[in-house]
Amino acid sequence: MDKANESKEIERTKWELKLYVTGQTPKSLTAFANLKKICEEYLNGEYHLEIIDLLEKPQLAVGDKIVATPTLVRNLPEPVRKIIGDLSNTERVLVGLNLIPFGVDTGRNNQE
Amino acid sequence: MSNIQTENHVVPDALPKCPTGIEGLDAVMKGGLPKGRTTLVVGGAGCGKTLLGVEFLVQGARRFDEPGVLMTFEETAEEVTKNVDSLGFNLAELVDQNKLKMDHVFIERSEIEESGDFNLDGLFIRLAYFIDSIGAKRVVLDTLEVLFSGFSNTAIIRSELRRLFRWLKDKGITAIITCERGPNGMLTRHGLEEYVSDCVIVLEHRTVDSISTRHLQVIKYRGSAHGTNEYPFLIDETGISVLPITSSGLDYGVSDERISTGIPSLDDMLEGKGYYRGSSVLISGTAGTGKTSIASSFADSVCQRGERCLYLAFEETSGQIARNMRSIGLNLEPWINANLLKFHTTRAAMYGLEMHLVVIHQLAKDFKPSVVIIDPVTSFLNNGSNLEVRSMVTRLIDFFKVQQITAFFTSLTSAGNFEEHTLTNISSLIDTWLLLRDIELDGERNRGMLVLKSRGMANSNQIREFILSSNGIELRNAYLGQAGVLTGSARLAQESKERADSQLRQQEALRIQFNLERKRQMLENQIAIMRAEFEVEEAESLNLLNQAQEREGQLVIEQNKMKISRKVEA
Repeated sequence: MDKANESKEIERTKWELKLYVTGQTPKSLTAFANLKKICEEYLNGEYHLEIIDLLEKPQLAVGDKIVATPTLVRNLPEPVRKIIGDLSNTERVLVGLNLIPFGVDTGRNNQE
Repeated sequence: MSNIQTENHVVPDALPKCPTGIEGLDAVMKGGLPKGRTTLVVGGAGCGKTLLGVEFLVQGARRFDEPGVLMTFEETAEEVTKNVDSLGFNLAELVDQNKLKMDHVFIERSEIEESGDFNLDGLFIRLAYFIDSIGAKRVVLDTLEVLFSGFSNTAIIRSELRRLFRWLKDKGITAIITCERGPNGMLTRHGLEEYVSDCVIVLEHRTVDSISTRHLQVIKYRGSAHGTNEYPFLIDETGISVLPITSSGLDYGVSDERISTGIPSLDDMLEGKGYYRGSSVLISGTAGTGKTSIASSFADSVCQRGERCLYLAFEETSGQIARNMRSIGLNLEPWINANLLKFHTTRAAMYGLEMHLVVIHQLAKDFKPSVVIIDPVTSFLNNGSNLEVRSMVTRLIDFFKVQQITAFFTSLTSAGNFEEHTLTNISSLIDTWLLLRDIELDGERNRGMLVLKSRGMANSNQIREFILSSNGIELRNAYLGQAGVLTGSARLAQESKERADSQLRQQEALRIQFNLERKRQMLENQIAIMRAEFEVEEAESLNLLNQAQEREGQLVIEQNKMKISRKVEA
């Protein structure tokens, strides 16, 4: 019950996402494209997406503790979650963003 | 590049080196780490990998004007700073001076989701950022294991690491990366040594017979000669010290100078001058024979000349020795206070032989004594076999000779042993060997001292009696009686007998002289008497002669008168 409410909560809060990339590489573009798709599909436009190019602002890599690229960081809603990669595996992105509500398809959530 | 090396022919200077600044390590590596390349440091937990990396950066900043970047994956920058504080490394200060940058890379697998392909550009960018900010030439990554455990896609990690090392090389950075020892005899858990093929150092922390030693071994150094053995090292309040002991060659200068033993009668046995400076001296004897006293007398005379003496005592404390020496009239306190005499007292069993060597090297380097006393060297037999002890003492002596330090060893032999056999294996390394031998005779046990050998000088082959008194040490000529060397009361008896004999002879001589004198006197008296008698006779005879002559004259006169009166006609 609680969890179901929480999911609704998540859906209603404005999402803050940051995508860290290193220049306009194919990986970056793929990640961006994939992310855009996921956001449109699952977040109903209730999101704020910022693209950060670490080649232009390297100090942010330090400040935000980025190791791998591309990295997608979900700052809001809390807790902070990180997903790395070109985001081609949608399922993992959803798990990472906790968009898959708890309780549904426990098989997937119990992976790893 | 012209780094191709055949087995026997190494081109010197072909591969530029980056000196680590770590004591002893640069000697082992014949200059340092390969410059502009990556060195892998492998070791188990607590072996000192992080410390080695940190010291590499600290020395680089302090001594070689090469700023550095430390990227830590396990500990935070604060934790590392605190950990190395006790080694005298002030990382915060270096950061302030822009000589060091620290970046803690936090990777927590459970917080990261992997979706699709990724690379480690974030890491590269961070590293580049710090390197460029201070113009760093040295980088340490500690420890790369975390990258493997942090991400599930090890294939990506591997290829990214390859890329990282190439990237570092392109930037001309000399880097150290640390990683854990692998299980089951594998060098590293993830086979990192395949990528870092230029130089691999292995650190170990072993415990043998309850004594633990740290060891370092350069198992690979492409393009350079290097010491291939395991070298013990020490971590103390100045950082890491590696001891490339076996690199001591037999190549040292020799001195003609002589230094007094501190015991005048012992100097007499050594051409009147004492030991050669820079030579090795051994005094062996059974318990309680006075070896420490002889050692202390030597220390005393060294300090009197204003030179420094390092006294390594393995059985007594400095207080005990000082107190005991007062009883023979030696006062060591002033020298201790003047910092001319330094005692270092430990139990030999405290650590392994190699560690002792390292510690002694360190003490000698810091204190710079001209004489080192090791009392007794046989304590080391607690720690190793005869062979091992000999090997260690050999290296110790080599070290002292190179430094032109006079080494003085005392050796405890057990009663009943032929002293010549104890530690025979080190006697060939010794230049001057003094022996304290017990002499038992007539219910007494006294000590005799003998110079068993002394290279480069004539020495007396006589056994002298070794006497300790409150005036110090004295060596007296021993008497050879019918039963051998006479010492103690037998000697005293002999001495007084000889004195008595001498007196008797003197008296005899006097008596004879006296007699002669008397006889002469008598003779002279007799002569005087006879002369007197003779003179009387002479006088009488002369008188008679005179009278006769007178009468004769008178007769002639009277005859003439008669002639005249008779008118003797012619």
